[in-house]
Amino acid sequence: MSALLWPAAPAPLAAPGAAVAAEAAIDIDWVVLSPVAIVLGAAIAATLIEAVASRKGAGRVAAQPGYLRVVQAGLALLAVAAAGLVALRLALRAGESIGLTGDGALVIDPMTLYLQLAVAACALIGLLVITDRTVQGEDAFAPQAAAVPGSEYEQRARRRGLSQTDVYPLVLFATGGMMLFPAAADLITMFVALEVLSLPLYLLSGMARHRRLLSGEASLKYFLLGAFGSAFFLFGAAWVYGATGSLRLSEIAGSVGSASGLDPILVVGLTLILVGLFFKVGAVPFHSWTPDVYQGAPTPITGFMAACTKIAAFGALLRVVYAVAPALSWDLKPVLWTVAIATMVVGTVVGLVQRDVKRLLAYSAIAHAGFIMTGVAAWSAEGLAGSLFYLFTYGVATIGGFGVIALVREVDAEGHIRAEATGLDQWRGLGKRSPVLAGAFALFLLSFAGIPLTSGFVAKFAVFEAAFGAGAAVLAIVGLACSAAAAFFYARVIVAMFFESAPQGEAAPLAGVGIGVRTLGLTQIAVGLSLAFTLALGLVPGWFWNFTRGLAQLLS
Amino acid sequence: MTMQNFPYLTAMIAAPSLGALVVWLAGGAVRRHARVVALAWSLVVLALGVAMASQFKIGGGVQLTERVEWIASFGVSYAVGVDGIGLVLILLSALAVPIVLLAAWREQSSPAKQAHYAALVLCLETFMIAVFAARDVFLFYILFEAMLIPVYFLIGSFGGAGAKRAALKFLLYSLAGGLVMLAGVIAVWTEGPGGRDGFLVDALVGADWGSPQAERLIFLAFFVAFAVKAPMFPVHTWLPDAAQAAKPGTSVLLVGVLDKVGTFGMVTLCLPLFPQASAWAAPVVIALAVVSIFWGAFLALGQSDILRMIAYTSVSHFGFIVLGIFAFTETAEIGSAFYMVNHGLSTGALFLLAGFLIARRGTQDMSLMGPGLQRTTPLLAGTFLVVGLSAVALPGLSTFVSEFMVLVGTYQRSPAAAVVAALGVIMAALYILIAYQKIFTGPVRADLAGTGDLGARELWVVGPLIALMLVFGFYPKPAVDLLREGAAETVRLAEFSEPGAEQEGDRP
Repeated sequence: MSALLWPAAPAPLAAPGAAVAAEAAIDIDWVVLSPVAIVLGAAIAATLIEAVASRKGAGRVAAQPGYLRVVQAGLALLAVAAAGLVALRLALRAGESIGLTGDGALVIDPMTLYLQLAVAACALIGLLVITDRTVQGEDAFAPQAAAVPGSEYEQRARRRGLSQTDVYPLVLFATGGMMLFPAAADLITMFVALEVLSLPLYLLSGMARHRRLLSGEASLKYFLLGAFGSAFFLFGAAWVYGATGSLRLSEIAGSVGSASGLDPILVVGLTLILVGLFFKVGAVPFHSWTPDVYQGAPTPITGFMAACTKIAAFGALLRVVYAVAPALSWDLKPVLWTVAIATMVVGTVVGLVQRDVKRLLAYSAIAHAGFIMTGVAAWSAEGLAGSLFYLFTYGVATIGGFGVIALVREVDAEGHIRAEATGLDQWRGLGKRSPVLAGAFALFLLSFAGIPLTSGFVAKFAVFEAAFGAGAAVLAIVGLACSAAAAFFYARVIVAMFFESAPQGEAAPLAGVGIGVRTLGLTQIAVGLSLAFTLALGLVPGWFWNFTRGLAQLLS
Repeated sequence: MTMQNFPYLTAMIAAPSLGALVVWLAGGAVRRHARVVALAWSLVVLALGVAMASQFKIGGGVQLTERVEWIASFGVSYAVGVDGIGLVLILLSALAVPIVLLAAWREQSSPAKQAHYAALVLCLETFMIAVFAARDVFLFYILFEAMLIPVYFLIGSFGGAGAKRAALKFLLYSLAGGLVMLAGVIAVWTEGPGGRDGFLVDALVGADWGSPQAERLIFLAFFVAFAVKAPMFPVHTWLPDAAQAAKPGTSVLLVGVLDKVGTFGMVTLCLPLFPQASAWAAPVVIALAVVSIFWGAFLALGQSDILRMIAYTSVSHFGFIVLGIFAFTETAEIGSAFYMVNHGLSTGALFLLAGFLIARRGTQDMSLMGPGLQRTTPLLAGTFLVVGLSAVALPGLSTFVSEFMVLVGTYQRSPAAAVVAALGVIMAALYILIAYQKIFTGPVRADLAGTGDLGARELWVVGPLIALMLVFGFYPKPAVDLLREGAAETVRLAEFSEPGAEQEGDRP
C-alpha cells in the first residue's frame, strides 16, 4: 500500500516533508488513484512537450511535424491504455483497497473503476480515430485553430501543410476529467472534474479542418450552454450546502430526513444539480446544444465526446442519484421520470426529420440518453446494472459509428479528399461504393435500433426489464414505443445506403457524393474494434452482464 | 455419436448459414456458380431434415431437444426441440428453399447478384428453422426479430417498383409488433417464475402470472405481434404491398413459410402459456378471424395485380387458420396446423406460377396478361387451375382436408362462426375462377403467339408442390397423426384451465 502523506491545508505552511504529523495528513491511496493520475500526468507532460517544441522554433517543427505527432499520439495512446489496464486490474480485485480516499473527496469503488475502464476503452478507440490521417496527410483538425476562417493567414497555414498536435493534451485532460467525474465523493470535486472534462471539449469542438464556421459556432454554443449547466450545478451545490452544511455526498445523504425540516431546500438543490448533469448527458429539455455541437465538431471529437462524456456524466448522475437520493426518491422520481420520458420522445420524434447523418446520430444520442435514464429511474440494482451495461455498449457503438462517418468524405474533381459527406443524400448508394463501410455502419445502426444479436438489444432489454421489475412499466412502454419509431430513421439510412443509387453529377461521377476514403488505417481498426464489441456483447452478453450486475450488487 | 443423439436441429440451423457464408464470401468458381452451390446446399439441408423426421417418434411429445445455457442471469438458454407442428413446419421451410432457389434461377442478371440473393435466402432459412425449433421464449423472440433483416433486404434489394417503400413498411409493421412482444417477453421474466429456466417454454406452461389482468396483458403483447406477422385484419396492410413489390420467390418464403411464425406462435406460445387469457380473448379473435376471411376475399376480388390478389387470398386463408386455433377443439387444432402446411404448398405454388406468368408477359396486371393464354401455354394454364382450385379447397387436394377439419372443429364450438366462415369458400372460388378466366380463357390476344409453355426447370419447381398436395389430399393420415398429439395437448390446456371457456367461445 503506497499511501502517501500530503499537507492537509495551507495553514501550517510547512514543507511537504514536515507533514508527517498524522492528524494533519490526508490519506491518499495512489494505487487506486493511478488511472486518473496516469492520464492527467500524461496530459501535463504532453502540454510541456507542446510548449518546448514550439519554443525551439515553430519552423523546424512544422517542417517535420511527423516526430511531434508520433510522440504525442504515442504518449496519449500509451497513457490511456495504461490507465485502462490499471483500472481493469483494480476492478478485478474489487473489494480490496477500495473506498474513500483523498480525505473523503474521492470514492474508488467498483462502479468508479468500471466507468473509468469504460471511459479509457472508448477514449482509446476514439484516439485511434483522432490520430488517423487521410492518404493526403490531412487529419481532422484545422491547421491553425486560431486563424480566422477564410483569412489569408489560414490559407497560408493550409498551403504550408501545417498541422497541430495540441489536440492530444486536450483530449488527455478531457479523459482525465471524465475518469475523475464518477469518482467524485463531494460536490466540489465533482464540479472541478466537470470543468476539467468540459473545457478541453469546448476547444476541441471548434477545431474542425473543414466547415470551420460551423465548427466555431458549435464551440461557442457548447461553451455557453455548458457554462449555463455548470452554473446550475454550482447553484444547486450552494442550496445543498445551505440545507445540510456539507458538500460530501455521504453526509448529505445522512442528513436527509433529519429533524431540521430543511428537506425542501435540499430537494431544490439536488434538482438543480441534476439539471447541471442533465445538460451534460444531453437530456431534454437541456439537450439543445447536442445536435449543433455533434454536427459542427470535428467528427473524431464528436465520437469521442459522444461516447466518453455520456459515460462519465451518467456515472456522476448515478453517483448522485444512488448515493444521495434514495431517501428522497419519492421527491425526485417525478423529475427523473419526466425527463426520461421527454428525452426519449423528443430525441425520437425530432430525429425522424433529420437529413444530416451527424445530426441524426445526435438526436439518436438524445433518445439513448432517455433509454439509459429509464435504468437510472428504475432505482434498483437491476437498473444500475442495466445502465452501466448500456453505457459501455452504446459508447463503443457510437465511436464506431462516428468513425465510419469520418471516413465517408467528399472527393473533388482533382481527387482531393474534402469534408465529411454528412448529407443523407450523399450517402445514397454507399453500399455499392464502399460495401464494407456501409455494412459496418448498418450494423451500428441496427445496434442503436436494438435489433437482437447486437449489443444494443441486450442493453435495451436490461434497462427495460429493470424498469418493469421496479414498477416503472410506463417508462419501459414509452421506451419500447420510441424504439419502434426510432427504428424508422435508422432504417432510412440503411435504405439510402443499400437500396438507392447515387445522384449522378455531370462533371465528375463522384462529385458531391460520399465515398469511403483511404487513410492510415487507424480508423478502420477503431471501427473493427467497435464492431467486434458490438457483436460479441450481442451474441454472448452473459459474462459482461454478470460483471456489471456483480458491480451493482456490491454497491447496493 | 449414435443416430439418436446427433444434434439434428442444431445441424439444421447451422448448415444453411454456413452455406450462406460460403456463397457470400467465396470467389472464383463457387462465385460464378453460386446458384448451383446454394441449390445443392439447400438439398443437403432438406435431406438432413428428412433424416431428422425419421428419428421423430409420433406421440413422443417434444423431441430432439437440446439445451445450452446462454445468458444464465436472464434465464435465457439456447433450447431447441420439436413437436409435430414444429417438425412439419421445419420440413416445409427446408422444402421451400430449394424450390425458391430453382424458381429464381434466371431472375438475377449477374453472378454477384445471384450469389447475394442465394446467400440471403439461405440466411433466412437458418432463422426459419431455428424459430420453429425454439423452446425458449427469449430465443424465439430474438429469432422472430432477427428474421426481419434478411427479408427486408430480399424485398428491398431485389424487388420491383416501390420495393423500398414496401420493405420499409414491412419492417416497421413487424418491428412495431415485435417491440410490443418485447414488452411481453420482459413481463414474462418479471412476472413469471424467473430463475435459470425463466424463459423455457416447458417451465412456463402452467405458470402463475400473478393476476388474470397480468396474464391478459402479456397475452395481448404476444398476440399483437403474431397478428401482425400472420397477418390478420386489421394489421395486414403491409402484406399486399410487400408481395406486390417483392420477387414471387421471396413471397413464397414470406407468405408460405415466414408468416406461419405468427400462427405457430399463437399455437405454441399464446395458448399453452396463457390459457385463461386465450379463452378470454377467443370471442374477439374469432370475430377478427371471420372478418379476415371476408375482408381478404373481397379485396382479392377487386385486385388487378396478380401478386396483390394472391396476398389478399392469404389474408383470407390466415383467417381460417386463426379461426381453427381459437376454436379449442382437437379437430380444429389439427386442421389449423395442417392448414399451415397446405397453405404453404398451395400459395407457394400460386406465387411461383404467377412469377412464371410475369416473366412471360412482363406485367403483373391480370387484364394485360390474357386473354386466351390457355391456347399457347396449356401446361401453365393447367397447373394454374389445379393450384388455384387448391386455394378453393377442392376435394382430392390436401387443402380440402384441412379447411374441412377447421370448419367442422369450429362448428363444435361455435356454429355461427363456422357457418359464416364457410361462405368464404364460395368467395374463394369466385376470385380464383375470375382470375383464371381473365388470363387464360377467351379469344387469343394477338401478341401471345410466341409465348413459351413451362420448361423443365419450371415444372420441377411446381411439380413437387402439386404432388404433395395430391398425396396429402388422398392420404392425409401421416400428417394428421403427426399433428394430433400437439393439438390434443393444446385443447387440454385450454379447457382444463377455465371451465367457462366453453360458454364464452360459443359467442363469436
